[in-house]
Amino acid sequence: MASSDQLIIFDNVSKFYGEILGVNRVNLQIAPGITSLVGPNGAGKSTLMNLMTGLLRPTRGSITLLGIPTDQPERLFRKVGYCTQFDSFPRGVTGREFINSFLLVHGYDRKQANELSQLAIERVNLVEAADRKVAGYSKGMRQRIRLAQSIAHQPAVLILDEPLNGLDPMVRAETIALFRKLASEGLHLIISSHILHEVDMMSDRVVLLNNGYIVAEGNIHGVRDEMEEHPMQILIRCDQPAKLAAYVFAQNHVVEARLHDDRRGLFVKTRDADRFYLLLNHVVAEGEVNVESVAPVDDDLSAVYQYLIGTTGGSA
Amino acid sequence: MSSAVEVVETRPEQTASKWALWLRQIGAIFRLEIEKNFLSRRSILIYLIAFSPLFPLALFALFTPPGKEWQDFNNYSFVYSAIYNVLMLRTLIFFGSAWIFMNLFRGELVDRSLHYYFLSAVRREVLVVGKYISGLATSIILFTTTTVVAMLLLYFPHVYSQSVRYFTEGRGLSQLLTYAGVTILACVGYGAFFLVVGLFVRNPIIPALVLYGWEWLNFLLPPLLKKVSVIHYLNSLVPVPISEGPFAVVADPTPAYIAIPSMLVVTIIVLVLAAYRIRHMEIRYGSD
Repeated sequence: MASSDQLIIFDNVSKFYGEILGVNRVNLQIAPGITSLVGPNGAGKSTLMNLMTGLLRPTRGSITLLGIPTDQPERLFRKVGYCTQFDSFPRGVTGREFINSFLLVHGYDRKQANELSQLAIERVNLVEAADRKVAGYSKGMRQRIRLAQSIAHQPAVLILDEPLNGLDPMVRAETIALFRKLASEGLHLIISSHILHEVDMMSDRVVLLNNGYIVAEGNIHGVRDEMEEHPMQILIRCDQPAKLAAYVFAQNHVVEARLHDDRRGLFVKTRDADRFYLLLNHVVAEGEVNVESVAPVDDDLSAVYQYLIGTTGGSA
Repeated sequence: MSSAVEVVETRPEQTASKWALWLRQIGAIFRLEIEKNFLSRRSILIYLIAFSPLFPLALFALFTPPGKEWQDFNNYSFVYSAIYNVLMLRTLIFFGSAWIFMNLFRGELVDRSLHYYFLSAVRREVLVVGKYISGLATSIILFTTTTVVAMLLLYFPHVYSQSVRYFTEGRGLSQLLTYAGVTILACVGYGAFFLVVGLFVRNPIIPALVLYGWEWLNFLLPPLLKKVSVIHYLNSLVPVPISEGPFAVVADPTPAYIAIPSMLVVTIIVLVLAAYRIRHMEIRYGSD
């Protein structure tokens, strides 16, 4: 078990905005690696990140990052970088000046600041645009220069609020590769996203949030295991899905059967996958229905997400 | 994305004592803020406020005004004192300081860029000091320039030879320096007040107008209440006092050795309050 100076620890943290709940009773320990915060808009992802970085103060509870309380920015941000969702910049700066000026505020001397700026700019592939005004950047470039600013001082914890927004597919892939590289160097990466297949691709673990509460946490498969009481969803591609639906509905372990939009498949939710597969074998053996394929559709984050918070993950 | 870049292990605290680090951070904040104060679009208004007395005085320099009173050199010090007291000190330096110092934090909240400072490894108290010094430098440079140039523009074009004697042999230079000193002190006092107002109040115009009214009505206040104002201490230091009219409640001016330290102590208290506020401040741009 990692010690508290290697972990990000939320101890019974709540945040209220007056009467409105931000997050409630969050108890969480985050180890090095990539952790994704997932949830729909308003779930509390950004609130959790802002609490982690001291931009917000908890109404109750306490937070420490690698043993440092969040109300000591002078210590905290030696080890933490945060790329927020705020798409705003100081006026009139170039990309390089933007990074450089805040490294100087950190306390680096000019030589160190120039070196670190250059490294960060190289890491996000913005070398050619670095000396242009940020005001003229595309959304993706602005996103990348903010990412560069957050990693420039080489933090041990990197917190990224929707870092893939606005990036084209190639840059997304490069950015995910960079995240993996940083995680392999021993960094904590905390990433919020609602693009679930990307979260799925890059995360070591996920924290699922809804309405200010953590509804599940762990690795994706672990989360799925935790949810055994929830039905598993299976897609059966066949020639007579309506007929198959009539069969499966008779089984008490099947809680839902829904035709695929293209009318050539059936989604079945069952609490007992083994019994369902036996039933399906029987139906196939009887020759009643010609089955083309059978595949569980819920072993990815999107489905877990859908189970847990009752919305379609991809649109959250 | 390049992920094969060599990592440079550099930590500023390894190379500097705490005080050296803070000074360097204050310097970095100062440079950033000074650039914004002088070169951003917001600075156009402050140039107009600061230099507005110079335009009529420049016109005055070009044309000889009618009336014998302008030929009497002794009148010039009263004219300048009136211009300085009524126009510059009570209005332009007041509102100029309000604009500069309120924008130090409030402006960044409006621009949604304050979080970059809050996400830097800098004590928030250091941030307050860096920003305050930058605001102070800006206001002092602009308003002492106006104070000095306005005086020279008033005196020299029409009574040149007397003015030369007045500034080289007479009291002219000491008065000029005193006016400049009062301007600096006004920037120090009003600056600290408006910095705090910008931190506590979402719409700082209202408290600015309330203070403006309080400062203007100072001449009507009983002696004890007069001392709860900035203008009372500044008036006490002005080298040529002006009449405040028949309804004014007369109070003894506060001596310089009390007025100056008092204003500096109050300024420090106000800055401590600002530091406390910024230490506990949250960033919620939506609600700002």
